[in-house]
Amino acid sequence: MFCKDTRYKERILANTYMKAQNTQKHIVIIGNGISGITAARHIRKQSNHRITVISGETEHFFSRTALMYIFMGHMQYAHTKPYEDHFWAKNRIELKKAWVKNIDFTKKILYLEGGENMLYDQLILATGSKPNKFGWKGQDLAGVQGLYSYQDLESMEKYAPTTQKAVIVGGGLIGVEMAEMLSSRNIPVVFLVREDRFWGNVLPREEGELISRHLQEHHIDLRLNTELKEIISDEQGRAKAVMTSRGEEIPCQFVGLTAGVSPFIDFLKDSGIEINRGILVNEYLETSIPDVYAIGDCAERTTALEDRRAIEQVWYTGRMMGETLAKTICQQRTHYSPGHWFNSAKFFDIEYQTYGVVGAELAENEQTFYWEAKNGKCCLRINYDKNTETLTGMNVFGIRQRHEVWNKWLKAQKTIDEIIEYLPNANFDPEFSKQYEGEILVQYNQERGKKLKIKTKKGLFALLK
Amino acid sequence: MRLIQNFGLVFFILSFALFISALSLSHFQLSEQSLSKVISDEEKRQFFKEAAYGLMEKKYNSQFTFVAAMEQIRLQANQDIQVRYEMIEEEINIILSSNNPGKTYQINKAISTYAADSPIGAYKIQALKDYTGWLEGREFASAEELRNHLTAAVQHINQAIIEKKGFPDYDTKNFLFQLTKQSSGGFLPENSTLFLLLIFLGGTLGALLYIYLQGNRGTAGIKNDRIFQSGITHRGAIGIATGMFLIAFYVVLYFYPYYLTNWVILVDPISYALNGGEASQWFLYGILYTLAILVMGVRMVLKYRHSPYQIWRTGSVMFFQISFAFIIPQMLIALHLPYMDLKNIWPLDYDLFTPERLRAFIAAGNIGYLMLFWGILLTLVGVPLMVYFFGKRWYCSWVCGCGGLAETLGDPYRQLSDKSLGAWQLERYLVHAVLVFAVAMTGLMLYTFFTGSGQVLGISTYAIKETYGFLISSIFAGVVGTGFYPLMGNRVWCRFGCPLAAYLGLVQRFQSRFRITTNGGQCISCGNCSTYCEMGIDVRWYAQRGQDIVRSSCVGCGICSAVCPRGVLNLENGPTKDRLSSDPILIGNDGVSLNE
Repeated sequence: MFCKDTRYKERILANTYMKAQNTQKHIVIIGNGISGITAARHIRKQSNHRITVISGETEHFFSRTALMYIFMGHMQYAHTKPYEDHFWAKNRIELKKAWVKNIDFTKKILYLEGGENMLYDQLILATGSKPNKFGWKGQDLAGVQGLYSYQDLESMEKYAPTTQKAVIVGGGLIGVEMAEMLSSRNIPVVFLVREDRFWGNVLPREEGELISRHLQEHHIDLRLNTELKEIISDEQGRAKAVMTSRGEEIPCQFVGLTAGVSPFIDFLKDSGIEINRGILVNEYLETSIPDVYAIGDCAERTTALEDRRAIEQVWYTGRMMGETLAKTICQQRTHYSPGHWFNSAKFFDIEYQTYGVVGAELAENEQTFYWEAKNGKCCLRINYDKNTETLTGMNVFGIRQRHEVWNKWLKAQKTIDEIIEYLPNANFDPEFSKQYEGEILVQYNQERGKKLKIKTKKGLFALLK
Repeated sequence: MRLIQNFGLVFFILSFALFISALSLSHFQLSEQSLSKVISDEEKRQFFKEAAYGLMEKKYNSQFTFVAAMEQIRLQANQDIQVRYEMIEEEINIILSSNNPGKTYQINKAISTYAADSPIGAYKIQALKDYTGWLEGREFASAEELRNHLTAAVQHINQAIIEKKGFPDYDTKNFLFQLTKQSSGGFLPENSTLFLLLIFLGGTLGALLYIYLQGNRGTAGIKNDRIFQSGITHRGAIGIATGMFLIAFYVVLYFYPYYLTNWVILVDPISYALNGGEASQWFLYGILYTLAILVMGVRMVLKYRHSPYQIWRTGSVMFFQISFAFIIPQMLIALHLPYMDLKNIWPLDYDLFTPERLRAFIAAGNIGYLMLFWGILLTLVGVPLMVYFFGKRWYCSWVCGCGGLAETLGDPYRQLSDKSLGAWQLERYLVHAVLVFAVAMTGLMLYTFFTGSGQVLGISTYAIKETYGFLISSIFAGVVGTGFYPLMGNRVWCRFGCPLAAYLGLVQRFQSRFRITTNGGQCISCGNCSTYCEMGIDVRWYAQRGQDIVRSSCVGCGICSAVCPRGVLNLENGPTKDRLSSDPILIGNDGVSLNE
């Protein structure tokens, strides 16, 4: 077919299922982030159910991870919407812009702010997160905020013009995003990090130090081993300074609280649904109440998965839960079983990818191989099992890697020797980029007294051979 | 540093202001000398002089009044010429009576009415031979019928007088341009070297100083801060003003070049040095175009200095512009060979197969044939072969002049392209329609070349070519294609109008090793890729569902890959097997096998 429009495929698919489906249910999804929207899209593909997505944040789905780019002027809000506005009506996904006040699970009624009610047959809770606040004095002052929602972005826009200096508390992914955002407007940033290196509870020492150096290169005033004590208010109730655990008072007009996020479930507290830190779900993403499911950031799994935390606040896991739940609702009850862990991020100019599990500290059965480029901006870490020498996880900074290849290697339990020999297969850097596999091999051979040779080339021809 | 950088900017702005004001720094005077340079035919010149009676040597300070006066004189001269050479009713009577008693036309008798040794007589004899030859010896039913045929022929003869003996309308643009240029005098023409240095050298150096210090600041990486907050890059006042200026420039360049003569005078010395002749407005355009690509190319390289792909690619378009598009054609002119941009491929080079150019190639002998052969080879073999191996990017974003300008001068505007589904639907119809138009027009030109007939089904083939030239080449490629950079993005022409892009795209879509690979499940749907796609491809649509991108319009600039914060996109050549049919895959979810 000439220039086929793949968007029509979804509709055709939906129509096919329509015939097979006799009963039509009203499925209501609270939250229009990646989890809720993925569920909605996949339910639509597989069924003829009536679907309603409720969100008080924005009318349409947008990419939460792109908020920083709006602030920096790389994009406008409209660019962050992955689907054009006509997509929803065309796919018969109803959108309702409202906040849910509370839920009567026995009568299956949602009470919306503003007085409206809504009935549902099945309910999906995909309410996401809110920034952590650990009871600091002054944490609710004006000019003190996290960065998660569209409203947080609006708030940053409001306070940035009157900010001469900003303090960010908590050295993680959102913290570094906020630092980059403020830097783009030439606002000096002081970054308070509890650990002795950036993102010290996730990254091993070398990687943390690599990023710490890069932050300093971008003139971020990084204060390691430093915590927030309190935020001091001015007469108008806006932050004017912070007091650190080292007793230093740092004047500032903006405080970013980025010490992680926690499930956004306040409105469910007395609704009768089982809650711990998040909404408790079993391996099918079912909550304690029939016909009610929870996915994404707000879900807390009661059944542990190997190498996985009970609450995973990542774009990708939200998406996978949405996909899984859609299958459960439309076809058959399906386990949420994500494959090997992966994640990625970008710290100013340096991209980061990780596949498998790499902890801040080595596990008892693990060995590690670490290589760093002479420019101090690229590095590769491969962790492997001490005894079998099979791959357990990897971190890479400044070099792009192929997800497909690492996933295959993890599944096939490749040994580190094989991986080093076939490393160019995983290279996903653009053409003409400097390749490091030779350098990496030399160091590996030296450290381990081996005589391995590179056995393949970069690119699809070698990979798909 | 900031100070020096701003100094560079100020210097550039001053040079630009001088450049604009240079347009009004001449006066104009019609003289014996200027006329003899522009009108080589003595009789024609005489007519023009007589029509200009009283205005010779008159000094005009305004270019507009001068051009208007010259146009008046041209029309007057044409009228005089028409009167001089026109055949009147009485002459028809004489011819008919010479054929007495006249039902049969005899050309020799008709001719004998005129004296062959007078210029007018000679002209009319030739005209009768040309236009009434077909009547020779034919017997008509009545004398009246013969008279009708003869009258019609004479009407045609009279209509052709201006084209043969006068100043025809189709040449007005060129004629007025030459006349204005040759009649220029005063401050600017007398100090042209000084102006050349101040404007072109000064402006270039000022711009480079600013660009170098600005672009080299900070660490290497994506530099898109404030793009949507700045009016320059997001259709604010400066952006719109820039667009208006570019649109005005193209309109004047294509349709009123006689108002640009002062700029052309400035670059005359360069033209003499390169090809031994005077500069035309196209030479000026060539210089501005090349400078734009070189200066903004430096900016591009600095902006993407962390990306070797972007550095090589930008270096390539800079090289092809300066050599293939600029220097080599000048050398060809100096060697009296047909003008040719050896990297310009039909159907972008839409008049490659017009009778004029074909005759020029043939006249140039072996080397002319070789040039023509090269042109055909590029279209028939070069395009499919290179696109098969590398995708259309080998041309569109590595070699092509239009692409070169879009990737350098146009880079600040790439985010303005329309990504909507509607724009894509329009694009598919429009670009392929232009391709069909170009092929049909060329077919007609070849028909005219081989048969000598300028008519098909009563329509003039040249009129179709002129229409193509006006609508597609001037308005679409020039005025809209470049003028609208700051308003609609830098690839309006390439995306909606370029027939070569359509041809390359068809090959890329169906027979190529090129695709943009997506990386498993790492996409976060942020939208940077789609936003910065100059061709308006919704890259994210594919990336977020794990589908490799095979699109006919993709020019392979590689910016989607560069701006991706998660390393999801990569331009790759690979085996063609399964390139089109492979199902989208999002790696990571073992519980659900997805067929998006």
